[in-house]
Order: sequence, then structure tokens, then C-alpha cells
Amino acid sequence: MSKPSFVYVTYIRATPEKVWEALTKADLTEKYWFGYRVSAEGKPGDFMTALSPAGMQAHRDPILESDPPRRLAYAWKPLYKDLPNERPSRVTFELEPSKGQTKLTVTHDEFDESSKILEMIGKGWPGVLSSLKSFLETGRGLEPSWGEDERKRAAQA
Amino acid sequence: MTDTSKFKPKTVYVTYIVSTPEKVWQALTDPVFTRQYFFGFAVDVEPKVGGAFRLLGPDGRVHVRGEIVAWDPPRRFASTWLVEGMKGYGELPECMVDYEIERSGEAVKLTMMESHSWDVPEAILKGGQTGWPKILSSLKSVLETGKPVAMKMEGPPPEITEAVQKALAEKPWLK
Repeated sequence: MSKPSFVYVTYIRATPEKVWEALTKADLTEKYWFGYRVSAEGKPGDFMTALSPAGMQAHRDPILESDPPRRLAYAWKPLYKDLPNERPSRVTFELEPSKGQTKLTVTHDEFDESSKILEMIGKGWPGVLSSLKSFLETGRGLEPSWGEDERKRAAQA
Repeated sequence: MTDTSKFKPKTVYVTYIVSTPEKVWQALTDPVFTRQYFFGFAVDVEPKVGGAFRLLGPDGRVHVRGEIVAWDPPRRFASTWLVEGMKGYGELPECMVDYEIERSGEAVKLTMMESHSWDVPEAILKGGQTGWPKILSSLKSVLETGKPVAMKMEGPPPEITEAVQKALAEKPWLK
């Protein structure tokens, strides 16, 4: 049996440098990550932080690996009180260049067996990463007006 | 008519596209569109349940052949798949590919499910898990920007070919 994990691959017409910037700079994530300001520009040992559109701190997660513009990993634990209390999981972004484009692989793993959060993030990531691709290719992310349920899940991702 | 109750989803891919359900439906069922994002293949459908489904190469050769099991524009399109164009694959049991289209705010949520009727080895599933993100990323780009993401189909790596050969020798679906 494979360990519980979520893997999503998307191909984006942008360079790895641009994709890296979009994943780590709060001024950019705000435009496609449904208003969240996600900052992950630090070195291992620094923190990835995420602020909700209402200004609430949603994440303060240790950065585990940072090799711009190839590989970024952080421990992942949302600070929302109403989520199941599970141990931190791990998010890894791998960026591979290909003819001026990027293959982006997001792996979210190290979950507890029978994790409830795994189910939630599996519904959240496709929305966030679809929006990221639209943002980089068209200049505009997806509107947060898409399905309310998906929006809540994306907020958790 | 194919009995689809024995097929279980093994690979699922979801993408959100800034478009309308009608345009996404067209992109899935019109050869002018599929040639742009589906490794150059042209879809050929007999538009009804029980109708024929084919994916044709640029030379007109049949790559995939199947039967349409759901035809509900612009919501659901499903067909069986027999991959005749790749050595050995045509002798495996057919799988089912199911597209669901839903409006989601200003975007469209497209869900692709690849289902199998037998306990298909992970190595064989890997083929679809490699291909679908390319195909559906490119479909999204075509609809949003008018241009696909440039990429080519890669032949199966040796471990997939071996898994196909092993499955054909043992025929676990008959047990």
C-alpha cells in the first residue's frame, strides 16, 4: 500500500523563475490564491507564512527545503481552530523546465493514516493550481466567486 | 451495450477552466479542438449512447477505439477505451474515460475519471497518470489563451511495457 498522499501535476506556459516567484511572493499569491498572502521566500529554518484576505494568520510553517527555482518544501499545518488537529504534513513543489515552460508537481504527503485533512486538501489544490496557471498564462487568476465549497477548501490548502 | 457497473475510478484529475460548459464540451468532442491539445489526435464520435468513439492519429490510423456510454451535452461524456495504437495495450481489458463538466462560479470544473474493471497494476496506471496532466493542462490553455502547451507524447517506459506483457501473460481479469 502506498502512504496517504496527494499528487497533482500541471504544465504552465511560463519559466520556472516566474512560477517560483508566483508561489513564494505574497503580492503575487494575493492575485490568484483567493486573496491569501503566502510568503515563502526564506531559507530552510525560516517560515512560510499565509495571511487570509481578512488578515488572519492561516499558516506559519517551517521551510524544509528551498532551491530556487527548482524545489521548495515546507511543513504544513493550518492554524484554523475548527480543523481536525493532526500532525504537520509536508508540501513539496518541484519545478522542471521544458522549452520555456514548466512542469509543476505538487506533492502533499506525510499525513496520518485516515487523515481528514488529506481529503480536504485533495479538493483544494486543483482550484489553487488551476488559478495559478491561469494567472501566469493570462494575467488573471480564477475569481473567488467559483463554488463556495471549493473556495473554503482552497483556503485550507 | 457495455456494462459500466464493474468499472471503478483509479485515476482522477480535476481542472478549473475560465470558459463555458458548452465550450468545454466542444473542446472534448470536436476534432478541430482535440488535434490542438491531445497529442495531435482527432476525436471521432457517433454522438449517441452506444455510438462509436475513436481517437485518430494524423495519418488516420486508429489509436483508441471504444463505445460511448454517456452522452449528455454539456454535462457528461464517457466512453470505453481500447488503446489499439500501442503494442500490447489493445489486448488488455478496455477501460472507461468519463468527463464531467460543471459550472463553478465564472469557471468550469472539469473532472476526468479513468476507470478499470480489474485490479490493474500501478505500473500500467502510470501511463494515464503521466498523460492526463499534459492533455488537460493543454486543453485549459487552448480554451483560455487560444494556444496549447507544447509537448509531445512519450512512448511508455520499460517498466510499463513489462507490466503490460506480464498482465497479458497472466490475464488476471479472467480469474
